[in-house]
Amino acid sequence: MRAFLPAYEMETPRDLAAALERLASEPGAWKPFAGGTDLMVLLEAGKLPHKKFLNIWNLADLRGIHVAVEHVTLGALTTYAEVQRHEILAREFPLLCRAAAETGSVATQNRGTLGGNIANASPAADSPPALVVYGAEIEIVSAGGTRWAPYASFHTEYKKMNLRPGELIRAIRLPRSHAGWKQYFRKVGTRRAQAISKICFAGVGRVEAGRIADVRVALGSVGPTVLHAVRAEELLRGQRLGSVDLPAAQDALSAEIVPIDDMRSTARYRRNVARNLLAEFLEVLAG
Amino acid sequence: MRERARKIRVSCVVNGTAASFEAYPMARLLDVLREELKLTGTKEGCGEGECGACSIEMDGALVNSCLVPALQAEGAKIRTIEGLAIGGSLHAVQQAFIAHGGAQCGICTPGMILAAVNLLARHPHPDDTQIREGLSGNLCRCTGYMKIFESVVAAVGKVEKRA
Repeated sequence: MRAFLPAYEMETPRDLAAALERLASEPGAWKPFAGGTDLMVLLEAGKLPHKKFLNIWNLADLRGIHVAVEHVTLGALTTYAEVQRHEILAREFPLLCRAAAETGSVATQNRGTLGGNIANASPAADSPPALVVYGAEIEIVSAGGTRWAPYASFHTEYKKMNLRPGELIRAIRLPRSHAGWKQYFRKVGTRRAQAISKICFAGVGRVEAGRIADVRVALGSVGPTVLHAVRAEELLRGQRLGSVDLPAAQDALSAEIVPIDDMRSTARYRRNVARNLLAEFLEVLAG
Repeated sequence: MRERARKIRVSCVVNGTAASFEAYPMARLLDVLREELKLTGTKEGCGEGECGACSIEMDGALVNSCLVPALQAEGAKIRTIEGLAIGGSLHAVQQAFIAHGGAQCGICTPGMILAAVNLLARHPHPDDTQIREGLSGNLCRCTGYMKIFESVVAAVGKVEKRA
């Protein structure tokens, strides 16, 4: 059923300070609205619970990709199209660029934002696994000030996150510490383009003298939030590449993911594919 | 349900001409184009950003107009299918779609053509993969896509520079 449009308010704040003041004025009542690629779908389906929206699309303080020596910082309104076009991101953070290229269509990538993808908190989103393996941190602002939070523990349960009423995601910061790491990303969906994931896998590993010196693995669509596969990582860390106990690592991964049957896939399929993707990731590490 | 929002006046540029309309802030730009501005070339397919039938250009970027709230059109430069032909002269991509059977029932055609025009603006000489990616957000249930693909290939190099 279509939404009743007169019930929905939307305002454009003149700057970030005004936006934060508005969010603080009635905590929880105003919801930030960026590119609309999720919220407008809910509106159309008559399932949009909020009634007051703050149009943050034009806030300059939430835009731009800034490269410093230690970090690359992406404004929360960075679109998937902007992620893909950025040379340093393409070189150092290819998994994020792949995730951006495989999220929706060209039209979605022109409007969908990284901050929106995080705040929408879908367990099937494609950028979160890449953000987790890169050790991303997010900058959260409110009328009361600014705080930084590690992204890996930001999502607490299904659609729940470490974001209080009145707070807004301002930026995402990626440490430039993965030079020379081997990187692997694979999204499995029904169709090569414009499909929501059945499962999504991101992995990075540092190989030294034939050993896995360090490794990070994260998956989407196999749990209520993006899943950081710490047990599989523990089993792999320190192993010699020629003699990795693959079944043990696959069992560890299988034990820590919690996939479900839903409209897009089954728990069994997702579990099998997760095991296969781990094997493919190890081939990339060995290659 | 409670009525809280008032209609707002939005000013933008549509197909090179200043336009102004009144709408609820979260009205879909798609509906505004069709019902207020009477530009019915832009079609509705799925209404949820999956099919691309409502594709338009907004400030040079391809977007699904069903997912853009009217308020965000303030100050934007919008181009729809009606803005491609100049006088009686069709755009090279439109001509190619006619010559190569790229249109059948016509519902996907305006969005498909806007996607192709936008692709050729970004990649004037696209390879096959770029063409497939550029059209991948636009669904067609008639043609089987090959004739659309061939139409775009035929338009490469024929798009004139226009002001």
